Amino acid sequence: MTDTKLPTSQVPLVRIENAPSETAAPADKSVPGRKQLDIAQLRQRLEKQDGPSYWRSLEELSQSPEFTELLHREFPENATEWADGFSRRNFIKLMGASLAFGGLTACTIQPDEKIVPWVRAPENLIPGKPLYYASAASFGGIGTGILVESHMGRPTKVEGNPDHPSNLGSSDAVLQASILDLYDPDRAQAVTNAGHISTWGRFVQALSQHVEILRLKHGEGLRILTGAVTSPTLGRQLQTLLKALPKAGWHQYDPAHNDNAIAGSQLAFGRALDTVHDLARAKIVVSLDADFMQMGPAAVRHARDFMQRRSSAVKSGADAKSLNRLYTVEVTPSATGSVSDHRAALDSGRIEAFAAGLAQALGASMPALIRRSISETGNFEDPTGWIPALAEDLRANRGASVVMAGAQQSAEVHALAHVINNALGNVGSTVHYIDPIEVEPTDHDASLRRLVDDMNAGEVEALVILGVNPVYEAPSDVNFASALDKVDFRVQLSSHQDETSKLSHWHVPESHYLEGWSDVRSFDGTATIVQPLIQPLYNSRSAHDLLAVLGGQGGKPVLDIVKETWSNNGALGSGDFDRNWQIALHNGLVDGTRGEAQRVSLQSLSLPSEFGQPLDAEEATEVLLRPDAYLGTGRNANNGWLQETPRPITKLTWDNAALVSPITAQRLGVSNQQVLTITAAGNTLAIPAWIVPGQADGVVVVHLGYGREAAGHVGNGVGANANRIRSTGWKVAGATVAKTFDKHPLACTQDHYSMEGRHLVRHADAAHYRAHPNFAHEEAHEFPAELTLYDSYDYQAPNQGGMTIDLSACIGCNACSVACQSENNIPIVGKDEVLNAREMSWIRIDRYYTDVDDPEILHQPIPCQQCENAPCELVCPVTATSHSEEGLNDMVYNRCVGTRYCSNNCVYKVRRFNFLQYSDRETESLKLQRNPDVTVRSRGVMEKCTYCVQRINAARIDTKKSGGGAIPDGAVQTACQQACPTQAIAFGNVADPESQVSQLKATKRNYGILTELNTKPRTTYLARVNNPNPDIRS
Amino acid sequence: MAQVFGRSINWAARASILAVVVLVGGALSVLLNINRLDYVSFVGVARDQPVPFSHKHHVTGMGIDCRYCHTTVEEAPFAGIPPVETCMTCHSLVWTEAPLLEPVRAAFRDNKPLQWTRVHDLPDFVYFKHDIHINKGIGCVSCHGQVDQMPLMWKENTLNMEWCLECHRNPEKHIRPREHVFDMNWTPSGDQEKLGAQLVEDYGVQVQQLTDCSVCHL
Repeated sequence: MTDTKLPTSQVPLVRIENAPSETAAPADKSVPGRKQLDIAQLRQRLEKQDGPSYWRSLEELSQSPEFTELLHREFPENATEWADGFSRRNFIKLMGASLAFGGLTACTIQPDEKIVPWVRAPENLIPGKPLYYASAASFGGIGTGILVESHMGRPTKVEGNPDHPSNLGSSDAVLQASILDLYDPDRAQAVTNAGHISTWGRFVQALSQHVEILRLKHGEGLRILTGAVTSPTLGRQLQTLLKALPKAGWHQYDPAHNDNAIAGSQLAFGRALDTVHDLARAKIVVSLDADFMQMGPAAVRHARDFMQRRSSAVKSGADAKSLNRLYTVEVTPSATGSVSDHRAALDSGRIEAFAAGLAQALGASMPALIRRSISETGNFEDPTGWIPALAEDLRANRGASVVMAGAQQSAEVHALAHVINNALGNVGSTVHYIDPIEVEPTDHDASLRRLVDDMNAGEVEALVILGVNPVYEAPSDVNFASALDKVDFRVQLSSHQDETSKLSHWHVPESHYLEGWSDVRSFDGTATIVQPLIQPLYNSRSAHDLLAVLGGQGGKPVLDIVKETWSNNGALGSGDFDRNWQIALHNGLVDGTRGEAQRVSLQSLSLPSEFGQPLDAEEATEVLLRPDAYLGTGRNANNGWLQETPRPITKLTWDNAALVSPITAQRLGVSNQQVLTITAAGNTLAIPAWIVPGQADGVVVVHLGYGREAAGHVGNGVGANANRIRSTGWKVAGATVAKTFDKHPLACTQDHYSMEGRHLVRHADAAHYRAHPNFAHEEAHEFPAELTLYDSYDYQAPNQGGMTIDLSACIGCNACSVACQSENNIPIVGKDEVLNAREMSWIRIDRYYTDVDDPEILHQPIPCQQCENAPCELVCPVTATSHSEEGLNDMVYNRCVGTRYCSNNCVYKVRRFNFLQYSDRETESLKLQRNPDVTVRSRGVMEKCTYCVQRINAARIDTKKSGGGAIPDGAVQTACQQACPTQAIAFGNVADPESQVSQLKATKRNYGILTELNTKPRTTYLARVNNPNPDIRS
Repeated sequence: MAQVFGRSINWAARASILAVVVLVGGALSVLLNINRLDYVSFVGVARDQPVPFSHKHHVTGMGIDCRYCHTTVEEAPFAGIPPVETCMTCHSLVWTEAPLLEPVRAAFRDNKPLQWTRVHDLPDFVYFKHDIHINKGIGCVSCHGQVDQMPLMWKENTLNMEWCLECHRNPEKHIRPREHVFDMNWTPSGDQEKLGAQLVEDYGVQVQQLTDCSVCHL
């Protein structure tokens, strides 16, 4: 062991005393070509380093031959070869032919283009100028406010609505990608009956006939299955229907349900309540396995509130009084965990023990009844060692702290969070309880099981499934498919011909949220009226249409149905209804619909005896399921943008994996990509292993949403279907894990575009930062900028683009990356191409670890750095990349001949090359999605981040038209900046010392990466500052 | 063995080198100049249109302003082609029976738009914006020629990149006072270069920036 003094800025690496290498498991030789990672050796390597070390993968840390080869080659071996089994002879033949034909086609004259003006021009529509409409998108039935950009009637981009409490104008990757769903060529396009194309009219006839018979029996035998419903109109329609047909049944099942949270409030307060957290007011936040910044309907708002508070505190000197602090216990590293000030990886039992232990430590401030009921359960071992200090911290911040429980935690953990929040006086300040936003809060799992039992008992004659896909989504022990077989009349409404459609008699295509009228509530109860931006592309309908038919109102326009809801409930206010309606539509929300805070009183709480039992990680293995960060529970599986977005921590694309910690991997004797089998209740799931530093030992985490069989061309057969081993809840009971000797290649991007671990991420604790505000520069070897032979360029233009990215605020959620994809027409490439390191994303988020067992996790988004002395520009033989007066590296696609010299010479590895024709230029529906202000690139062309130059140009022209001068600060938002939930990205004019970006660049935390090469990047970073509790020594 | 090629044939080898240079050079110059031909760029070629619309008649004869039909030219990238409704504001009263105008009436009657052939067609990778040119004092005539003298519409200039750059490098040669942008017959009263330099300054035209690639290529 070395005795090197580590700088205080770095959380000391966990040291394993005298970890001799001979204790390491022997290398697994059964998987050819792959040596098992030797954890003990890695630890030793880490200990030998003096100073902080940051690495992106275990392969990088071990300097495995595969890694070093990739590093030197930039792309894997033979990645530039045509790998489709062409013989050289065929290749020459084809090349000769294409050369001849290509030469001939180049001689044609530009084809004639037509201009087709309107017959009667609509008002307010100016060709070339987009319009913006407010509406709402809903995911899992819960809404988020949006602004939609529409070009000549084509919605092309979705942003958050700045006036809407669900996101305050930010968005997440899923919202950004949802525009692609509208144009998905795999969408169902016609009503089908038993697989044959039919019509809506015939369907209405068939359905009405059945309903008439059922009506005579008061609806007996009719069942409706929906997901979670918060839409007031849909709720009203369902309730009216059930009143008319009292014996009919309504079941709800959303696989990512919130059952445990609702059960938790039942336990704590005796009634179903939703919890709304106000993180803007919270100084101390404790997450009990709650990935509150990435997952769930309030994630964007949470991330924004938490990080806004942190950023402004760090900006004003990281004063201990104003800085917030985040403690997280979780099973697998998450976006939230990665930015925590204290993070512990615990198995599910230990998380329960932690929650109970924390409640006990705070016992003194609890009502006697609760104190007794918690202490009766016995003492819980503190799995983290922080509980005393944390309890102290919480007590010191009564009313300004919050404890949040994850949706996958048991009802008891939720109840404990309520108890603690009550004890700390947080209710009314950081925590509010509102009536559930769901129209009919139900235990989804039980509701589905009731339905299946009735189906099996032959009590269900007609089943109408609205927008869900139970054949795929239901847990395997339910066996929905076989129960469905016993139903005489099966109808499904869904956007795609999915697994359930294939077993339904009738399938009706479902409209996208941009295609029809509706309404929806968001996490805090705020209602938004959903307005259509486009006529349905295909002959699709909404759930409102179907319920209207069921209710005997077939053919009534949905707009009238929605208006009826809002004119009856009076929520739009008194006065002229049409005027109020227009105001609500324009604003994108209905004022005053936020859920009213409910008064609550705690009940006594008893914890079950098995509560908080720690897992014996040496022996036992528990298998936990989680919704995927992007695919959710599989509904987004056919969205290529989301499939190809690297997962925030694992950086996996196009696959799910069995995530295991390094120690557990060693115990199980598996290496990355080696297939494991997980067996539970007779079902077996084969899934490749992936080693994740910072995961709880003994825990295998598998994400839902993969293994779809009928998702569409993109999502079919991607990954393994974890529903096969699912039963009630999120833990797979009685699972056994075994290894096989198969290998399944995983397309992981973590080693792509490496900058060889130079001093790229810089971070410090708040205390260190206060003592050394200049730490970001002290740590690195920086060279004075004047050490150059070249004259510096005298920029004349009044606007000088520049960007800062605040590493304190970045949670690695990839909203920026998908927003960029949507704005800039960036194609996806598919799994094979990702394996060749050819992904096209203009912003990659590098994720760094510091340790094998208890790592800090840091994120660093890398877009083009827009160097003033750009290495790429010097080597382009055709000046296809050149410098603009505003300091941008312009990329001219029509000039590029594809030498890739620029990419070779780019030190930041931010250039992306179209090795093949990745942009789909054939599919009509996808053409509609494209941003008309950005070129769709062809094969053989280099591309990269442009700072959204199309937005800059539009703003510059607007400024010039209205008087000239520099573009006002804030008039240009890059797509990534606009989407960022934590406002980590600032963009503006660096020539204006008053602009936000200049002010940020003037702070001492500001640093550029690889500046020793004198590239003078215009994109710089603000070093990360964490705020750990000084009383806790890790 | 005797040499196949005798010494006397050496000139042919030298000549063939020259011939290759001449041939390749000639081929290249043909390729490079082919786009400059009016036959290729359609300069001066009146295009077939569904209705033989005469700018000469409407502008010079009737005195209609450009903006009566091209309504968005000052505020949007696209100048705007008038909807059939605009034609019918007059033609529901005058020339109501003219057989030439039957396509217009039919379009209005059947709600089927007219399909005009684009005369000024830039490549798709060029993002031209009318509004900023109008706003900075580039007259319609500078690019479109004397449209008021065109009985049928044709292209006056090649719209090749070198033609664009000619003005983007030296805007003072073409800029005019804003109030004369739509004036078809405006000529500078004094020295254009001097007036132009003054206007470039007054209108805040960033001349160096005009040749940035990203001004036109996005």
